[in-house]
Amino acid sequence: MVNTVLEVQNITKRFPGVIANDSISFKLNKGEIHALLGENGAGKSTLMNVIYGLYKPDEGQIFINEEAVEVQNPHDAIARGIGMVHQHFMLVPVFTVLENIVLGSETTNGPSLNLRSPRKDIQKIIDQFNLDIDLDTITEDLPVGIQQRVEIIKALYRQVDILVLDEPTAVLTPQEVDDLFKIMRSLVDQGKSIIFITHKLKEVIEIADQITVIRRGKVVGSAKPDEADQQSLATMMVGRDVDMHLHKKKAEPKEMILEVNNLVVKDANGNVEVDDVSFEIKAGEIVGIAGVQGNGQTELVNALVGMIPTESGTVKINGLPATNASPRKVTEMGSAHIPEDRLKDGRVLPFTIADNMVLNTYYLEPFAKSGIRQQEEIKEFAVDLVEKFDVRTPSAENTASSLSGGNHQKEIDAREFSRPINLLIAAQPTRGLDVGSIEYIHHRIIEKRDEGCAVMVVSTELDEIMELSDRIIVMFNGKIIDTVNADEITKEQVGLLMAGVTA
Amino acid sequence: MTKENKKKDDQIKERSFGIVGVIWKKISVPLTSIFLALFIGGLIMAISGSDPFEAYGALFQSAFGDINGWGRTLEKATPLIFSGLAVTFAFKAGLFNIGTQGQLLMGAITSAYLGFAITGLPAIIHIPLALLGGALAGALFGSIPGLLKTRTGAHEVITTIMLNYVAINITDYLSNGPLKEVSSSDVVARTPPIEASAEIPQVAGLPLGFFIAIIFAVFVWWILEKTTLGFEIRTAGLSGTAAKYAGIKVTAIIVITMVISGALAGLGGAVETQGIVGRYQPGFNTGLGFDGITVALLGKVHPIGNIFSALLIGSMKAGGAKMQFVADVTPEITNVVQALMLFFVAADRVVRWIIRQRETDDEGLTLTTGWGN
Repeated sequence: MVNTVLEVQNITKRFPGVIANDSISFKLNKGEIHALLGENGAGKSTLMNVIYGLYKPDEGQIFINEEAVEVQNPHDAIARGIGMVHQHFMLVPVFTVLENIVLGSETTNGPSLNLRSPRKDIQKIIDQFNLDIDLDTITEDLPVGIQQRVEIIKALYRQVDILVLDEPTAVLTPQEVDDLFKIMRSLVDQGKSIIFITHKLKEVIEIADQITVIRRGKVVGSAKPDEADQQSLATMMVGRDVDMHLHKKKAEPKEMILEVNNLVVKDANGNVEVDDVSFEIKAGEIVGIAGVQGNGQTELVNALVGMIPTESGTVKINGLPATNASPRKVTEMGSAHIPEDRLKDGRVLPFTIADNMVLNTYYLEPFAKSGIRQQEEIKEFAVDLVEKFDVRTPSAENTASSLSGGNHQKEIDAREFSRPINLLIAAQPTRGLDVGSIEYIHHRIIEKRDEGCAVMVVSTELDEIMELSDRIIVMFNGKIIDTVNADEITKEQVGLLMAGVTA
Repeated sequence: MTKENKKKDDQIKERSFGIVGVIWKKISVPLTSIFLALFIGGLIMAISGSDPFEAYGALFQSAFGDINGWGRTLEKATPLIFSGLAVTFAFKAGLFNIGTQGQLLMGAITSAYLGFAITGLPAIIHIPLALLGGALAGALFGSIPGLLKTRTGAHEVITTIMLNYVAINITDYLSNGPLKEVSSSDVVARTPPIEASAEIPQVAGLPLGFFIAIIFAVFVWWILEKTTLGFEIRTAGLSGTAAKYAGIKVTAIIVITMVISGALAGLGGAVETQGIVGRYQPGFNTGLGFDGITVALLGKVHPIGNIFSALLIGSMKAGGAKMQFVADVTPEITNVVQALMLFFVAADRVVRWIIRQRETDDEGLTLTTGWGN
């Protein structure tokens, strides 16, 4: 017998200027992984915030175990058995795993904290679900995937039956995704139910038992994973046919644009992060830098664009010396940079979208004349980009912080693609984006290549590297472990190189 | 009302908030803080046996009742606008300039020196010259914490507090030593009076300095909002890494900001010297710089908001004496009210809770910034 543990009926939630959820209904059954699939800004997170008691719905009803309820706040949600793991973790970095798990529901012996009996209970949960974690490690020392596990245990310790995972794979490496899926399976096998929010088609087909697709605040369809394929889901989610494969011409490399020789970069503590790296990129080719996160790619990019100093070695752009050039110098030499940490580096969140669109060109004409900013020109420019890149916002005058998920990425991409360049350095250009937007960005990158731009793409997504690159450079431990032509190597071989295995 | 209609009504309400709604959102916290502070101040008066209505009435009457009242209020508000602007300007770059007092003193004594030492100039040259000197002195003194921060990483809150003492002692020494007025009794430590040609005149009973202050408030607003320099300052203030990414030289911005902030504070001192005091005398400028912090915060670190908050604080200073006279309240009560205002504005969560307003995500106040970044 099917047992519905959570049902939402006709949930509608409006914000000024938008209807985030428009009469959404779906059912979650016991022991099921239910995927909510939708583009960035489709309203998935709003819906979850309604269920979790962070927003009050304007209309509609929520049923838990077939009983109508009004979830007042997250506390109430947890009491009713609903737990949520957010995209950005809510952990205290300097606490141990154990301390983080009990935080907020501590038990005490008089004035002192009692950690002994919780430890026993938590260890039981860890064993039961095969979660494999050391309770005494300091949280900030753990990799992201394990930190996420702490969040899951935290919810389980509060005895939730329904677990909401908000884009849990966005921050994980492929290996960590596999581990997460094993855990999810183990949870539902033992009677928990999971709502899995994502925009990644492959993952939905791999792990979900039931799929509900949301587009622009409405449920547009549902499917079982064994009846659906990526193409049909993509069409449903985006609302038009999506070309899942890039059709690109063979690269025609021309003159030299970027030359890097024996580059060494150290971090603030003197550790070598980029170790004697040399490579070059010519106009009209895309070079993919593959590697597991933390193997020196970030530092390499930051050194090239002038964000951090280099230790030794040389960099030339268009044949001109650019070693330790300032970010502005690098930009003025005709390069664009899509930074890795889109929330922190590439933008100013309290500024308007329009101001962010001119963040690194604000001082140039027509955006400024003799030091006076030209608001009309800026606005016109921004409105145009917002439309071209489909940034979902009521207006270019809204603050950048009001954007949801992948729209942050689109905003940066729009800015960096909008000026004439001959070198594009893109770090994780599609992280967190849905298929429709990825398709669009990928096409723009290839368009830039065909216009004669030299492109460097850094990505931890192997699929992205394989699809885009003409040549692939694999980094491991700060060194270039191999450089190969993309059409002469398989995905599996690159995967092995990323793990440091050379033939 | 049916559910459908109510929904529509809510939507209309949301939209029709418009410009009034936007302004209310911006000023609701300071306004509520002011009323709360006045209310608690009134309670204190009532407890100590005075009639708060009578007292506030006298204060208001004295500050705004006639042209003389207005004159007094504007006089008191003028230096506060400048020191408020100085704090505001630094704040926009993410810097907390506690050193406005010191910068103001340096400006005050410099303009006094230029005012009495140079003779024979027409007013049209002498007034701006002495003002400029005050601004430069403030700028120079303000540049020190800026340079210290960029060169050594010393936090500006610490260095500006320390430099206030340096300024106090320098000005005490100068006014009791090299610049001391030589008079028959020779007891008071003060400079000679400035030449009449350096005095900022009154216009129709109102101090001209106030109007200069307003021009500067608009000018500061213009720099911050309309120029590329302002954009750079605001970017650096909100996100150091984003500023670096955008090609902005953050260290240069810090120094420039502190120079301009110091210049504004210095001007405040100069205007006070040339418009009110007529010379430099220790103790005559006490607190004018520190009050700038209250003025800036009460004005929601907005240059134009500064004018209104300075008028408010200025009116309390102007009317305090009358309040004592009429209602037999100690004038210190105005300091209590002023402190309460600052408290409520700084602890804006309390006020938001009272008026049930959600936090907005505009360029808000962040009073707590990390040390050393």
